[in-house]
Amino acid sequence: METVSSLHLSRRRLIGAAIMLPLTASLVRAADSSLAFGELYGKFGVLGLEFSDKVKRLAGQDISMKGFMAPPLKAEAQFFVLTEVPMSLCPFCSSDADWPDNIVVVYLLEKQTFVQSRQTIEVRGTLEYGSWTDPDTGFVSLLRIRQAEYFAV
Amino acid sequence: MRTLLAAFAATTILAGAAQATTVYPLDRATILAGSPFDFKVELNKQVKPEDVKITVNGQDYKTVLGGEAQFVELEKGKDDKALGSAILLRGLKISAPGDYKIEVAAGDETKSVTWNVYETAAQPKAKNIIFLLGDGLSVAHRTAARIMSKGMTEGKANGRLNMDDLDRMAFIGTSATNAVATDSANTMSAYMTGHKTAVNAIGVYADRTPASLDDPRVETFAEAVRRLTKKAIGIVATAEVEDATPAAVVSHTRNRGDKADIVGMLLDVKPEVLLGGGSAYFLGKEVPGSKRKDNQDYIKLFQDAGYKLATDKNELAANASAEGNLLGLFHTGNMDVTLDREFLKKGTVDKFPNQPGLVAMTKVALDRLSKNPDGFYLMVEGSSIDKMSHPLDWDRAVIETIEFDQAIGVARDFQKAHPDTLIVVTGDHTHGVSIIGTVDDEKPGTEMREKVGTYAEAGFPNYKDENGDGYPDKIDVSRRLFLSANNGPDHYETFRPKLDGPFVPAVQNEKKEYVANEQYKDVPGAVFVQGNLPKSSESGVHAVDDVVLQSAGPGAEGFHGYLEQSDVYRVLADAFALGAKQTN
Repeated sequence: METVSSLHLSRRRLIGAAIMLPLTASLVRAADSSLAFGELYGKFGVLGLEFSDKVKRLAGQDISMKGFMAPPLKAEAQFFVLTEVPMSLCPFCSSDADWPDNIVVVYLLEKQTFVQSRQTIEVRGTLEYGSWTDPDTGFVSLLRIRQAEYFAV
Repeated sequence: MRTLLAAFAATTILAGAAQATTVYPLDRATILAGSPFDFKVELNKQVKPEDVKITVNGQDYKTVLGGEAQFVELEKGKDDKALGSAILLRGLKISAPGDYKIEVAAGDETKSVTWNVYETAAQPKAKNIIFLLGDGLSVAHRTAARIMSKGMTEGKANGRLNMDDLDRMAFIGTSATNAVATDSANTMSAYMTGHKTAVNAIGVYADRTPASLDDPRVETFAEAVRRLTKKAIGIVATAEVEDATPAAVVSHTRNRGDKADIVGMLLDVKPEVLLGGGSAYFLGKEVPGSKRKDNQDYIKLFQDAGYKLATDKNELAANASAEGNLLGLFHTGNMDVTLDREFLKKGTVDKFPNQPGLVAMTKVALDRLSKNPDGFYLMVEGSSIDKMSHPLDWDRAVIETIEFDQAIGVARDFQKAHPDTLIVVTGDHTHGVSIIGTVDDEKPGTEMREKVGTYAEAGFPNYKDENGDGYPDKIDVSRRLFLSANNGPDHYETFRPKLDGPFVPAVQNEKKEYVANEQYKDVPGAVFVQGNLPKSSESGVHAVDDVVLQSAGPGAEGFHGYLEQSDVYRVLADAFALGAKQTN
């Protein structure tokens, strides 16, 4: 587990250094690759949700998404959860809160200082979908933005 | 020197008292005769098996409890911390009623507890029990529901709620084994097992080891019904079916958050009818919307076990009179509340537009369960009274109370045709909420606070129910009931119903403190209300106040005066004669 994450990290750092320029360039064409929370799923239902055609089309590409940062699972984790609305409501006062359906997991390119969860942020990175379990935390996610950076907007 | 020694001795005694040897079931436990339970002793020190002596009423425990306990040389806590030895005997039964004194001696540790094993009436009093639980149901909720639903003229209510005519009553103490306060898991567990337990625990005593699924178990009411009768079992909730209250009908875990495991426990008991939200925990992890961490497809497992599946209002209606078991899942999470589902179309109604309500679910459950010639046990939870009270969204909570009362009406109609049915209506805990008057938009000025009327200035609210559906035609009338919380996080009081969706009073900042949600700051007349809970609290909390229980039907006379939650079980067990000798 240790080896996997450190390998992963160094690969990410390399990529981070290499794509500095292309990433800036890609921001210019951000308009058609921006994704809104309302565009994530094509179908909702009791038996599951279905990703939208837009998500399927953008998978593997650089995208941008606006939302709010949910409180990080743990301080040292290099990922956070992007939510449509500021996260606060836990109706199960004394138990672990469930994550809402309208979330995207964001894996950061580099560790950054977390911002107020009330602040709207824009995340840019590579879109990925499909079930994936974080080897460090066991957190299962279905939709991720990898090699991500974010900015307050 | 003597003083020093005495002080030392006193400290030692206190330190010892802080982590005394623990015996489960706890002292003063009440146990249904013949009902299986796990016996566990937690010692503070590591001892040898030959050092442990356990007697029951002076005899060797093996003779009385009918088995030899497993000796655990050393239990470990978090980070492998040594906790001491333990003795564990699972699934034992005591058939003869009476007091049982358990004495444990191991090295210099001793502990003594007494259990009361009780039998029940020899013959059942009721064929069916409908247990209706309003989660968080407080006195203010029902008063407001009566006024908003029925109206009031010159100080007299213009009508009565269905719950108003349940004739037998008791006040219920709701405290947990580890706290004066409670949660839904602990109280429903006590109602459904006859044993009090700790906050977040269901169907178990909360032991000291970190694993949540191995704690000492006690039998649930549904399991006892399965063990002794051919009655059908039904569970109906507007929450996720694996949420604390519905889960406590059948499940065993120290952690109510073990929802993926609870789905498996629901399948183990196989209630004939299971209706509510929470399909996310039935879907394998690769299905978008799933909240499982494995790929178990519980929809298929239930279908393989003979269940018909309904996923919306129409499919539920189509299944109303069918044979066989029914699984109805109408939302991936908690179902939307009545105000959003039926009137405002807010919340997640756009994603799940065809959800049935509690009334329709209760009707279908009764239609199907009543086909069983041996009778049934049905649990119906008005789940969201609580879920809307936490964020101080009183209008939604009261509308949920009206819906809950309409489900009670369905049960009462059933009871009229089937008088051998016991109906129990209660809450699991209260909220810190009261009605203190009205808010009148016609009062002069722009400050909403000045529009609050108390005493004679309150007058009466002007809700109308012209279509006679039992709900006010609109909730944002010009003179509204004013409900106020006695606890909460920092928030903005707007003095108005939240028409855009459920209230989110506070949001978390980067210091993990909950601060007032500024989304409501600019609502005209909104005032900042400083919280009185720790800043880690995101919402209002449960109150420790007693809950009112009301009941009608055969066996209801068992409810009177003051009862602990765990005593409620005894009345239910008595109504079905679950502790009678001839049924063992």
